[in-house]
Amino acid sequence: MSQLTQTLTRLGGVNLLPVALALVAFVLIGAPSSWVTLTVAGLAMGMMVFLMASGLSLVFGLMDVLNFGHSAFVSFGAFVGATVLAGLSGWLASDSVALETLALVLALLAAILFGLVAGWFFETVIIRPVYRDHLRQILITMGAMIVAEQTILAFWGGSPYTVYRPRFLEGSWIIGDVSIEIYRAFAFLLGLAVFIALYIVLNRTRIGLLVRAGVENREMVEALGFRVDRLFIGVFMVGSALAALGGAMWAGYETLITPSLGGELMIIVFIVVIIGGLGSIEGTLLGAILVGLMSNYLGFLAPKMALASNMILMVAILLWRPNGLRPAVK
Amino acid sequence: MTLLSLNAVRTNIGQYAVLHDVTFDVPEGGVFVLLGRNGAGKTTTLRSVMGLWRPSPGSITFRGQDITAMHTADIARLGIAYVPENMGIFGTLTVDENLILATANGKIDANRLKWVHGLFPALERFRDKQAWSLSGGQKQMLSVARAIIEPRELILIDEPTKGLAPSIVDAMAEAFSEIAQDSTILLVEQNFRFAKSLGRDMAVIDDGRVVHRGTMADFAADKALQDRLLSLSV
Amino acid sequence: MTPTTGTYAVKLTVLAIGALLLFAPFLFQDVRSLEVAARICIFIVLVASYDLLIGYTGIVSFAHTMFFGFGAYGAAILLKSMGPGWTPVILGGIAGVAVSLVMAVAIGLLSLRVKAIFFAMITLAAASVVLVLTSQLSQLTGGEDGITYRAPDLFKPATKILTDADGKVLRLWGVAFNGKLAAYYFVFVTSLILFLLMLRFTASPLGTVLKAIRENEARAEAIGYRVVAYRTFVFCLSATFASIAGTIYAVWLKYTGPDTSLSFAIMIDILLMVVIGGMGTMWGAVIGAVLLILAQYYLRDLMGAASEALHGIPVLPELLAADRWLFWLGIIFILLVYFFPKGIAGTAMAGGARR
Repeated sequence: MSQLTQTLTRLGGVNLLPVALALVAFVLIGAPSSWVTLTVAGLAMGMMVFLMASGLSLVFGLMDVLNFGHSAFVSFGAFVGATVLAGLSGWLASDSVALETLALVLALLAAILFGLVAGWFFETVIIRPVYRDHLRQILITMGAMIVAEQTILAFWGGSPYTVYRPRFLEGSWIIGDVSIEIYRAFAFLLGLAVFIALYIVLNRTRIGLLVRAGVENREMVEALGFRVDRLFIGVFMVGSALAALGGAMWAGYETLITPSLGGELMIIVFIVVIIGGLGSIEGTLLGAILVGLMSNYLGFLAPKMALASNMILMVAILLWRPNGLRPAVK
Repeated sequence: MTLLSLNAVRTNIGQYAVLHDVTFDVPEGGVFVLLGRNGAGKTTTLRSVMGLWRPSPGSITFRGQDITAMHTADIARLGIAYVPENMGIFGTLTVDENLILATANGKIDANRLKWVHGLFPALERFRDKQAWSLSGGQKQMLSVARAIIEPRELILIDEPTKGLAPSIVDAMAEAFSEIAQDSTILLVEQNFRFAKSLGRDMAVIDDGRVVHRGTMADFAADKALQDRLLSLSV
Repeated sequence: MTPTTGTYAVKLTVLAIGALLLFAPFLFQDVRSLEVAARICIFIVLVASYDLLIGYTGIVSFAHTMFFGFGAYGAAILLKSMGPGWTPVILGGIAGVAVSLVMAVAIGLLSLRVKAIFFAMITLAAASVVLVLTSQLSQLTGGEDGITYRAPDLFKPATKILTDADGKVLRLWGVAFNGKLAAYYFVFVTSLILFLLMLRFTASPLGTVLKAIRENEARAEAIGYRVVAYRTFVFCLSATFASIAGTIYAVWLKYTGPDTSLSFAIMIDILLMVVIGGMGTMWGAVIGAVLLILAQYYLRDLMGAASEALHGIPVLPELLAADRWLFWLGIIFILLVYFFPKGIAGTAMAGGARR
């Protein structure tokens, strides 16, 4: 038994969980082509959720701030991105791949820029006065979320909003009897790129070192002469921008969006953050992939169980590891 | 010359006054020892100096500059280092990364590093190891090393010998006397023998008040005073 | 603490509200007003039970409507399947409380043990899973449409509680003594009893312990209070009260659906009520519930009119539309948490000259 444990640890420990999940699903699903489609969908969803969750996790890790208004960035990102794409629908309709790409890049950049600005505003105006007071923090960020959701309703209305997307992301690749939606592959690759960039920044740069140290022990970083609160604004802004990017990607994935999108995704984001362990992006990625795969497999095997399954997953993991799979602090 | 000066410092934690009236001066150079029973307010005194808890009223000056209301990071930048009781090392960072963080510009001076490695050879051996995997004594060494990786004028050290093996305590004493050659150490200590061997000046704190100030030589000679103020089993 | 004039003012206000609710059927003789009065009664219980948790332990739960819903659906499902009567109401109420307790213990032990901050997230996740399950298990719950059923016969509008000489339903000051009136007083009396029970609890030695924990968790732990156990207990207690309130509401409405008993909008209402009224006072729950429900029913009309008046100006009419009232409440809520974290009751009670 202990030998088995050791072997598992050497092979990657908890990182093997998604692989194990995929294998179990392969047996249960039976049809390899469906399994591939679902796995790709799960990975794509996982990566988008990772974008949304990573900021929340770091923000909590660094300053002990739990932002219940985080979903507002997701919603706004979705609507800002979709609005830019709608405004550039002429470019999307043209036959030029360059113009279509440009429209997509502009839409994603608009979402990111919005996230940065909104994040700055949110941190300085909403959150700064209630550092270190969890009760008021939860209440105020919740209030901010209500206001944000209502603002979206006022600007974009309550009816579903159609999202245009570039034609080169439409359709699927067919390989044998396996079909892979191009947009999903794109979402996966973009998420992966963001993860790698984040990983490099956190592990190879001085700022990243400060962030990781701050997550572990904020006071000590300050006692070494660094203003963690100033660092925090930066992390908060980047986290918000990533959430907005995740929202914009999600908008393209769903193609029909409503203002409640952020609130609905927030549950999944929370579950991911708790499963992964607050404060660690590796944990967040692991949690997001697990949840993404689980949702898609079960959406196929037992549709009614899909959301409840994530809850069960969370409970099981919390019972096993109360601080999540890969907590930031050892 | 006086380096650090606490004047009628009162610090509340929540609604509870932990320090009532702490007044003492730390002269430049050597080791200044702050003694006292458990819960007397020694750690709170160091944290108040560091700006991690805010005294009110009262004032703390460093080289004549009032640092009472300054941000912790700015206090540190003035040349004050802090070695907390729980060592405060960053477990997921490597030993070297812990040291790099303690420098102002991210570069460790090679000679300085050599000197630190000379004081604490274990840190050279395990430089690429994540700090959580070190032993308790090695963690304490890392915490001290972090405080001296750049020249600092004042180093606050909170109970560095707690729970350490005697051989490591001796190594620590040696390191401290060398560090004290060009920095001032404000040492909080329960281990009286250790404190006695290092300290030049000292103060005793009890129930949030300074109850005795003097030289270590006088205090060490006066057994009755020790018993009255510390009643420690030394 | 010596009472302040503010304390008297708050208690008098609550007393006045109680009196108005007691005579509501006689004072406001239209269907809508009675609807509002009954809703106020139920929400006072619901908000007060939430205040037990947030105000006396300082932890935030987003699962309070879930417990409310368990109570409501318990009664609704049994009233639907067994037909009108008291047995299904009582059995449904008990079932609701039982399910609530199981969930509360599970959530409490799972999250409070680890980190209090997990609690908020896990309750939110649990509540939304229950909400989704409710809309999916439509054979049992009626899905999005909910369940319509009949209340016990006593509450039928045609039931004559008192008759006059002709055998017709007795009318006093224009109020018919029929089943509707009985239903209202059923709601009023049960709500009053529940509220008084909670008030009694906060004054008990246990309530004092809770206040100690709220003031200083580390210190309470040091003294030897088992903080997790206490918090879990209060969470269960608050869930029980919420569940019973749900059962009463189900009996009154004769309809139970996600929008009336489970939706996240109700959770936000409860949060707003408790914060606006004042956390940790119990009286605040009364004031918050009354203000917000009155606003819900009457302010929306006003906003609709304002929106019409501003027709033509961009966005502003949109923000003033009746549906956008949550926008303004959200802003008021944020400002209150910043500047008056004690809410109306707390601020009033702290102010005023001490006697």
